[in-house]
Amino acid sequence: MIELDKVAYSYGGADLLTGVSLTLNPGSFHFLTGPSGAGKTTFLRLAYGALLPKSGHVRLFLQDRMTMTADGLADCRRRIGIVQQDCQFLDHLSVAENVALPLTVQGGLDAAAQENLRDLLAWVGLTERAEARPLELSGGERQRAALARAVIMSPDVILADEPTGNVDFDMSQRLIRLLVELNRMGKTIMVATHDLTLIRTAKTQVQARVLRIVNRQVQSAGADL
Amino acid sequence: MMVRPALRAVFSRDIAADRVVPPSGFTAQLVLFSAAAMAVLAVFALALALAAGRLADRWGSDLASASTLRISAPADQLGVQSDRALAILASTPGIESARALSIEQQQALLEPWFGPDVPIGSLPIPRLIEITETSDGYDAAGLRQRLAAEVPGAVLDDHQRWRKPLLAAARGLWALAAGIIVLVGGTTAAIVALATRASLAANAGVISVLRGVGATDAYISHAFVRRFTARVAMGATAGTLVAIAVLMVLPKGGDASVMTQIAPQGLQWISVALVPISAAIVGFVATLWAAAQLLRGLS
Repeated sequence: MIELDKVAYSYGGADLLTGVSLTLNPGSFHFLTGPSGAGKTTFLRLAYGALLPKSGHVRLFLQDRMTMTADGLADCRRRIGIVQQDCQFLDHLSVAENVALPLTVQGGLDAAAQENLRDLLAWVGLTERAEARPLELSGGERQRAALARAVIMSPDVILADEPTGNVDFDMSQRLIRLLVELNRMGKTIMVATHDLTLIRTAKTQVQARVLRIVNRQVQSAGADL
Repeated sequence: MMVRPALRAVFSRDIAADRVVPPSGFTAQLVLFSAAAMAVLAVFALALALAAGRLADRWGSDLASASTLRISAPADQLGVQSDRALAILASTPGIESARALSIEQQQALLEPWFGPDVPIGSLPIPRLIEITETSDGYDAAGLRQRLAAEVPGAVLDDHQRWRKPLLAAARGLWALAAGIIVLVGGTTAAIVALATRASLAANAGVISVLRGVGATDAYISHAFVRRFTARVAMGATAGTLVAIAVLMVLPKGGDASVMTQIAPQGLQWISVALVPISAAIVGFVATLWAAAQLLRGLS
């Protein structure tokens, strides 16, 4: 589904990733860990085509990112749900409108989509906050709204960047349970996190591969994880 | 530039898509005000162009088909030379009619300068013969030669020396007004393009979110194109109405002066009504171009 083949990426003359090769197969669950600044966010941004590699190839659903048109990239992004670290929302829209945004840009919400939206808000526990503005939400609520937005199109792949970064332990457990649930539905999941406790908890619920960024390269993590 | 889908987007009422772009107070007011101001200028320039055109037509047609023959001769020969000149004119191809002005008619012509009481009949003033041409006109050079040979005191004035500079002035005025309209259109396009770019740049975060959820650049640009085209159309309509009101209350004179006959006449008002439509088209093209440029730069 998403393949990185000998990918290198540099910014401002500094190499951030070198020789990274990884394939996210359908239905797989990956954790990506490493210290802050190791390149986890850069890896995810490469994986959904927001960045272009300095060398190597990024293939999204068998299409090379380098030769992809803007419309082709938009098509691919509809198949990839993204939960960003900073949970970007459109602050002038309500939570429900933000969650429904992927459908809105596809041409609007029909009755079935409205029903789906209500179910989704209930699933992430935001029914009561549907008409609130994003700025009124707590960190955990923002993360859950971002997750709901990421999955509303029923994408094949979900990429989550530190989804539990701004929430307490209970909320992080709840979020990871939601991701595990999605994986059981057949979705491919990749979660970038430095929270090792979270990874250990998740591994009791799902068969996940843990990767670590070390010296600008992606390696399998040790047996302790 | 994907004009057809953008046009469809402009005429669609996609409320959800419109809501995706946050309200942008300052740029909205800037575009609205600029479009209104430019429409006022465009209507005035258009009115000036139309008035200059009418003036050129009037001067051209009034003077083009008329000539004057002036006969200066001693009093005892004036009648003979006039009769001979009339006979020559009657036999000249291209002349429809020729008539000698009476003493009373000549007095009426001179009255504005000398007053009603001057006995011009006793003054040695030349006799005037008014010539009306056919649509084909006559050979002025040939007639002059013939008159020089047979009526030595005759001077033919075919009004060319008046008509040419007047027509040139009227046409120059028309060209000036047309140039102003082009400049106003270009300035409107530049302002709208700059405002669109400013609005898109200010909404880089919104664009990032929209792209992240799979919005195409066409979807994003159409949302901005729809909004800015509507604002330009609204502003230009308001400006046109203001300009029409001003033209309606301008003092009107009875003479042919461009300053007192500036308001469009009859069907010419239709061209004024086209100003908001033209402005909307300019706004549409400028926004579409600016959005495409900026989104390509943000890729």
